[in-house]
Amino acid sequence: MRTIIFRTIAPYLSALMVLFSVFVLLRGHNEPGGGFIGGLIAASALAIYGIACGVASVRRAIVFHPMGVSGFGLFMAALAGMLSFFKDQAFMTSQWLIFHVSDVEVALSTPLVFDIGVYLVVVGAIGSIALALEEREAD
Amino acid sequence: MAGSSVSVDLSQAMATAPVAAGDWLVVAPSLITMLGGALCLMLRKNTDLQPKLGIAFLGALVLASLTLLVRVLDHGVITMVMGSWLPPFGIAFTVDALGATLSFIGSIVAFCGGLFGAASVDSTGRRYGFYPFLLLLMTGVCGAFLTGDVFNLYVWFEVLLISSYGLLVLGNDRIQLDGAVKYGVLNLVGTNLFLIATGLLYGIFGTLNMADISLKVAALDNPASGTLATVAALYFLAFAMKAAAFPVNFWLPASYHTPNVVVSAVFAGLLTKVGVYALIRVFVLILPASRDHLADLIALVAIVTLITGAIGALAQSEVRRLLGYVVIAGIGSMLAGVAVGSTLAISGAIFYAVHSIVVMTALYMAAGVMHMLGGSYDLRKLGGLYRKNVAFAGVFLVLGFAVSGLPPFSGFWPKIMLVDAAFRDDELRFGTALGAAILVSGFLTTLAMGRVWIFAFWRGGPEGTPDGQTADAVEVEAPQLSGGAVWLPLGILTALVVYFGLQPEWMIELATQGASGVDQPFGYQRSVFGEQG
Repeated sequence: MRTIIFRTIAPYLSALMVLFSVFVLLRGHNEPGGGFIGGLIAASALAIYGIACGVASVRRAIVFHPMGVSGFGLFMAALAGMLSFFKDQAFMTSQWLIFHVSDVEVALSTPLVFDIGVYLVVVGAIGSIALALEEREAD
Repeated sequence: MAGSSVSVDLSQAMATAPVAAGDWLVVAPSLITMLGGALCLMLRKNTDLQPKLGIAFLGALVLASLTLLVRVLDHGVITMVMGSWLPPFGIAFTVDALGATLSFIGSIVAFCGGLFGAASVDSTGRRYGFYPFLLLLMTGVCGAFLTGDVFNLYVWFEVLLISSYGLLVLGNDRIQLDGAVKYGVLNLVGTNLFLIATGLLYGIFGTLNMADISLKVAALDNPASGTLATVAALYFLAFAMKAAAFPVNFWLPASYHTPNVVVSAVFAGLLTKVGVYALIRVFVLILPASRDHLADLIALVAIVTLITGAIGALAQSEVRRLLGYVVIAGIGSMLAGVAVGSTLAISGAIFYAVHSIVVMTALYMAAGVMHMLGGSYDLRKLGGLYRKNVAFAGVFLVLGFAVSGLPPFSGFWPKIMLVDAAFRDDELRFGTALGAAILVSGFLTTLAMGRVWIFAFWRGGPEGTPDGQTADAVEVEAPQLSGGAVWLPLGILTALVVYFGLQPEWMIELATQGASGVDQPFGYQRSVFGEQG
């Protein structure tokens, strides 16, 4: 698999995929997409990078252990649902923060935070499985 | 999509009344453990911090579920809908006395498991995530006890199963993988059946909210129709697999002796009881007519489970496998309660579930201590434990009496209630046989536990030691456990067993309240749908 073409193209491809995964994550509220599918795309990016350049360089690139990323995502998603506690509303009731930057309406919300949490859980979980399998193969 | 730009009357779809802070207790058990699990997962390389963090969160879980129980007893059934979307479309957490009681007892057991784990799980096990898995297991268990939505119940089942797979293979031994495969395959089949039945149920009623379904079933002209009976039969098979009822119980003795003993302890306490809980929830609350339909079948399954479980226990010489069969015999008693179906019987089943959660966990922990003192789990190699630790011999005797249903310990009262209810039942074809089976099973369990006590404690040494003489135990395996941290959890659980035995009124009252809550679900339905329900 480690042909020169693949090794040359893989870093760019991975970077593009991660970027696209963030795009998919952010458009997810109103259009097809979201944290889960975005996370899968990002995990595929990690897997491709791992196949091309070795698992060790992926682990270096993402700094944290994938399971730690996953745990952080879960923590974040759970906290996102708790914000409504301070407004006397039920668990996971969405809270919105809308402001305008020149003409663009920017809507920040707890579902977005939740979705980012889901994204991280999926990246971490699927990523750690993929990396473990690739490591096994390299042995 | 933002609320300000489009004006929609959201009061049709969303709950607008302020939610009291106390109602947040409904989600607190799942939330605390989820946050704790996530935090422990992030910090899992720090093996010294793991037990402290894990035990702190499990302690918070005990407090939260105790407060929840107190609040449910004060205020009646509490409902909170996720995201404020009104039921039946929003997912409701509906907590009645039954769910709150089991969640409280389950939390205590998990807390004790966390304490015990501090001694019995080494740093490798901690690095592989014992505490995150334990906490997330409790997320699933508490979620299952507290949710008011059938599909959500399925989701919590999945959460607890995934965590349990992780716990089961924690040491990566060959035998553990073997056990995990057996456990995994049967549980996957069970959850799939659960999912299929839930799909059918949704097809019939167009709703998955338990209170909503129970209202719609009550309004049916022919609630015992063939379609509903099919759904009920599927549910019965699925939950019987989870609960390890005969003949789908082989996975339990095949897998429960393979993991770390504290994992076995928590599994034996909690997992099968979640299956029984789901059975009570679905058959008594949602589909009462189908329960009447299937009562004879359930009774038959209960009888066979009771007897085969106890006989299996008699035939084993490995302590943990023996205890696995004792778990199965206990499941038979709870199924007997579901089969009879009167309020007395259901409260007996609930009390039995509480008793079984506590006593089975304690017994597995005791097995771990026996291994620590005697160096083996094998009755043929154990011996002379009485000489090594008299107090522990007493504790084991108490637990053995309790699990066999002998007074004055916790197993006695629920068995009385169940036998009483079974003998009173005129509609059931096997009513008398069912009551007799509970008694016979209790007798056989007494023999099995007595056998353990005689061999492991009374006999002077390993197999072959002549009467009246002592011999040193053969150290066949290096003991996994050390230190005093094992005594505290075992002590707490044994104290509970004695307390429930000597002061049963409190728990009988709770169980009766839980049973009447599912038997006459007006309070449950009103809590979800308000006064018009």
